[in-house]
Amino acid sequence: MKTEDLKNNKEYKYGFTTDIESFRAPKGLNEDTIKFISKIKKEPKWMLDWRLKAYNRLKVLKEPNWQKPKYPKINYQDLYYYSAPKSSSEKPKNLDEIDPKILETYKKLGIPLVEQKRLNGIAVDAVFDSVSVATTFKGELTKKGIIFCSISEAIQKHPDLVKKYLGSVIPLSDHYFATLNSAVFTDGSFVYIPPNTKCPMELSTYFRINASETGQFERTLIIADKGSYVSYLEGCTAPMRDENQLHAANVELIALDDAEIKYSTVQNWYPGDEKGVGGIYNFVTKRGACRGKNSKISWTQVETGSAITWKYPSCILQGDNSVGEFYSIAITNNFQKADTGTKMIHLGKNTKSKIISKGISAGNADNMYRGLVDINSKASNSRNYTQCDSLLMGNKCGAHTVPYIKNNNATSTIEHEATTTKINEEQLYYCNQRGLDQEEAVSLIVNGFCKEVLQQLPMEFAVEAQKLVAISLEGSVG
Amino acid sequence: MLNIKNLEATIENKHILRGLNLEIKPGEVHAIMGPNGSGKSTLANVLSGKNGYDIKGDISFNGENLGELSTEVRAQKGIFLAFQYPLEIPGVNTNIFLKTSLNAIRKAKGEKELDTLTFLKLIKEKALELGIDEKFLSRQLNVGFSGGEKKKNEILQMKLLQPKLSILDETDSGLDIDALRIVADGVNSYKNKNNAFLIITHYQRLLDYIKPDFIHVLSDGKIIKTGNASLGIELEKTGYSNLA
Repeated sequence: MKTEDLKNNKEYKYGFTTDIESFRAPKGLNEDTIKFISKIKKEPKWMLDWRLKAYNRLKVLKEPNWQKPKYPKINYQDLYYYSAPKSSSEKPKNLDEIDPKILETYKKLGIPLVEQKRLNGIAVDAVFDSVSVATTFKGELTKKGIIFCSISEAIQKHPDLVKKYLGSVIPLSDHYFATLNSAVFTDGSFVYIPPNTKCPMELSTYFRINASETGQFERTLIIADKGSYVSYLEGCTAPMRDENQLHAANVELIALDDAEIKYSTVQNWYPGDEKGVGGIYNFVTKRGACRGKNSKISWTQVETGSAITWKYPSCILQGDNSVGEFYSIAITNNFQKADTGTKMIHLGKNTKSKIISKGISAGNADNMYRGLVDINSKASNSRNYTQCDSLLMGNKCGAHTVPYIKNNNATSTIEHEATTTKINEEQLYYCNQRGLDQEEAVSLIVNGFCKEVLQQLPMEFAVEAQKLVAISLEGSVG
Repeated sequence: MLNIKNLEATIENKHILRGLNLEIKPGEVHAIMGPNGSGKSTLANVLSGKNGYDIKGDISFNGENLGELSTEVRAQKGIFLAFQYPLEIPGVNTNIFLKTSLNAIRKAKGEKELDTLTFLKLIKEKALELGIDEKFLSRQLNVGFSGGEKKKNEILQMKLLQPKLSILDETDSGLDIDALRIVADGVNSYKNKNNAFLIITHYQRLLDYIKPDFIHVLSDGKIIKTGNASLGIELEKTGYSNLA
């Protein structure tokens, strides 16, 4: 199938490409590419050294292959590792200097970057291919001492914070994709919330892959200092292409004493067409450290896009009384595959974690919940509650639940509940009899099934996520 | 309003309805009685357009052949079925379900959809008429409802959606006498010269509260006897076996 045909596919409304000249690094993964990226970002030497260290480590690492969804071998030498709109090679100083085509792209995506049109008080950082093109509301945030900027800017302007925390949750040598990211990451967001500060607005990053044959390797680092609070949301889309594109991001969260980070994701990368051609490989490492006492990290994800989603947003509960939460909706339709879940590592005393996972599978898709709950011998009086529900639509799809449970402390408890249900014909009939057509009925039932997770999302996004849930499943019951 | 001619229905090689004829005019209340397995619920399902049945014969509704029309289109045209076993839909608020349903039907009729505030005002009024507690509306649809609450909820939906033809499939089963009276009051208060009812029941007791104009006895997929309200009382004494 050609890209032209794909454009006629109406199901994925973010599938357009922006015709813009881009500036790329030569193809291939090697030291020169890494030096190229580092140079173009005017990085200090320590950063380049860090990248090269990761690259050297990468050489001896093997790509993992224990996951359920298999994929053809990726030729890492045949990818572009850096692509930026040409117009931004001199970083725009303000929004007026941004290429109007990029502004138009974000407008089409429903993300206004113009600050005057303040939308629900959400500050946005927009990442287009390999670079951050705009961060809104900087001024207002700066007054409170909050830093919200691209990671590239943070490396230059806040090197002490970056040096201290980058790689402190996901070490350089963690695993193949995380290490790859450490070597070649191009942009992403950086957030620092100073002590005893409640971030006054939602912070949001919008990721857009535009260029073809390009991998996107973004890096996000969020630090919530003592007694602070931040809610952060990321959204993602990509054009429809008949090639598979790799997205390997690293996200690190650090919550110090009494701090709370709420991290929400609405992932709607291009999922491939109804025959399973094209789509994003979404191989992402997300990990949060509840480093301080009484700290809390809450992950909420709505995963509807990508050909393959492979990620486990995790919490390391180091501080005593710290809390980790994971709320997930993973929807797979057609030939999409997901292998996703979380890891809750209990190290501190009285630590609590909660996992609510809703997997929905339709068409020929395959959906796997895989999760680890690990209670360390020192983590007295800790608790985990896990609930995994799977909903099947039709009889060609699959749902799997693989919980790994380790409890090394006799005073701690782990609870696990799992259900698998098929969408009920009688429920659909009941809804139809009340005047709802098939799609409305499916949307209603599925949104009901996902409710516990949807209500974790910030208001503005919950509505959008509900619509997305409905759109992702269109045509799946016939 | 409804005209059924020579209706036959087969499901999974079971021939259930075998040449059923029935005419219902606006303003009328018809009751269908009959032994288990005579095809009463099948008739309700076939009229509402449930999938899975092979159908022969004609069903016309307000002059339009229902033929291949889908369940939702029939609902939008004014056919309502109060389910014998109303379904539970976890995570969906009763209010939201009712609003979605009402607006789907209004939209199909070319009427303006109701905003949340107008809807809430309307539904509270209807609930009050039926003596239904408001709190009930913010619970998940039918989840954890008692049998009586589920049936009352069906009648609430009927009054909200204002159908032309209401089919009550054994709405009286599992009801205590108070709930039965509420259901009957709901029907009686909605009844007018423009709408009609088809009440499927095993027992006379519901018909003590809702006066039918006609009672039909269904046996082996056919109506074998039709009479007025007194037929029910007679059946109560003699049973169905004497008719067959």
